[in-house]
Amino acid sequence: MAQQPEVPELPSSTRLIATLSVVAMLSGLLVVLVYEYTKPIISENQRLATERAIFKILPNAVKYLTFKVDNGQLITADNKSSGELIYAGYDANNTLVGVALPAQAQGYQDIVKILYAYNPYTGCITGFDVLKSTETPGFGTQISTNKEFLANFNCLSAKVDPTSGALWHDIKTVRHGSKTQPFEIDAIAGSTITSNAVGRMLNQSAHRFHPVIAKNLSLLENAARNKEVSHETK
Amino acid sequence: MKQNEQEAITLQDFTAGLWKENPVFVMMLGLCPVLAVTNTVENALGMGIATLFVLVCSNALVSALRHFIPKQVRITTYIVIIATFVTLVDYIIQAISLDLYNKLGAFIQLIVVNCLILGRAEAFASKNGFGRSVISATGMGLGFTLALIMLGGVRELLGAGQLLGYPVFSDQFEPWVIMILPPGGFIVLGCWLLLINYVKQRRSTLAMTQNAAASHCTVPQQH
Repeated sequence: MAQQPEVPELPSSTRLIATLSVVAMLSGLLVVLVYEYTKPIISENQRLATERAIFKILPNAVKYLTFKVDNGQLITADNKSSGELIYAGYDANNTLVGVALPAQAQGYQDIVKILYAYNPYTGCITGFDVLKSTETPGFGTQISTNKEFLANFNCLSAKVDPTSGALWHDIKTVRHGSKTQPFEIDAIAGSTITSNAVGRMLNQSAHRFHPVIAKNLSLLENAARNKEVSHETK
Repeated sequence: MKQNEQEAITLQDFTAGLWKENPVFVMMLGLCPVLAVTNTVENALGMGIATLFVLVCSNALVSALRHFIPKQVRITTYIVIIATFVTLVDYIIQAISLDLYNKLGAFIQLIVVNCLILGRAEAFASKNGFGRSVISATGMGLGFTLALIMLGGVRELLGAGQLLGYPVFSDQFEPWVIMILPPGGFIVLGCWLLLINYVKQRRSTLAMTQNAAASHCTVPQQH
């Protein structure tokens, strides 16, 4: 007679639930501990990265002031303030040399965040620095290394119409090699999604901030003379 | 299982992962980050160390808890443990260097699905003692890092004319851009596999010939 196969005894559901609960609690505890420990360090790193980016895209600036955009108005703020922050760069004579503005859009893998330089006198976007990007190495990351793409930002037109108070043109990304207008961005071949994301985020940010800057230009120009600036270059 | 647990820690436990059972060149595990982030030595080193940390910590915890984890929920538990350490490494890298964090992109979070880590937890750490599991995981992690650096070194050298960001060739060198693009990862990996297998085969042929000569035997002819 064939022998019955031995069936292993199953542990009780309570034990399975208890095991998973203990492991999940241990996991949560570890994550919270490390999160709390690294949070201030990460915030400080982000502040330093923003400061580096400001002085990189506004090379003539030696100091900057932080402003918060609130209901179409600019309010003096500091780096710890929350909300939409913009940064005005000044030279040694407290003359406004440009404004650093944030922009973000969905890229190929995740949201790409940049800080770009805008000259309110010429209406040109003159450069940008990537603050956060998780794009594919070798492809999406080319937005900050590809020389042809960066040439778009010698003077990317984003002028404000003084009568209507809005942008003259939308900023848009066009297929590689087909740029004809100063407000168009020539895409990187093989990295279209990230190039389009740059065009979209700049267009969105320009529509949002440039009219506010045009309206409050005299405030920005005089701000550095009226108060002590928050940060200086080393 | 009992037999495994009683086995003493040997040097072989550590060195196996470095060469004989190298996770990339021999077991072909975790090839997604291997191909994706090895365009520079810095990225390769960052990813290698992050993977090493997750591998060692998760294998240590799996081994320590192996008697308490019921078989029915072991995979779920391993995944929770691995995901925890991946989250920790994600925060730690952000705290150490935001630049490196941005360069490695989503591949840090994707360490959680690296089959090398889950594979070692299931095949080794859950059946062996704490010390042996940690030693083996360290060897495996270092082997993985070594493989990433071998790929990253060649790709950065040929694709950008640099090594660790320092220029190696003169200005006349025209970088092979394909090397820092994804196809370059496949090409360099293929070349390393070709070279390593050639060396292994040559060594074994040489050993066979020497053994045959030593025992005064004739090498059997293959037909």
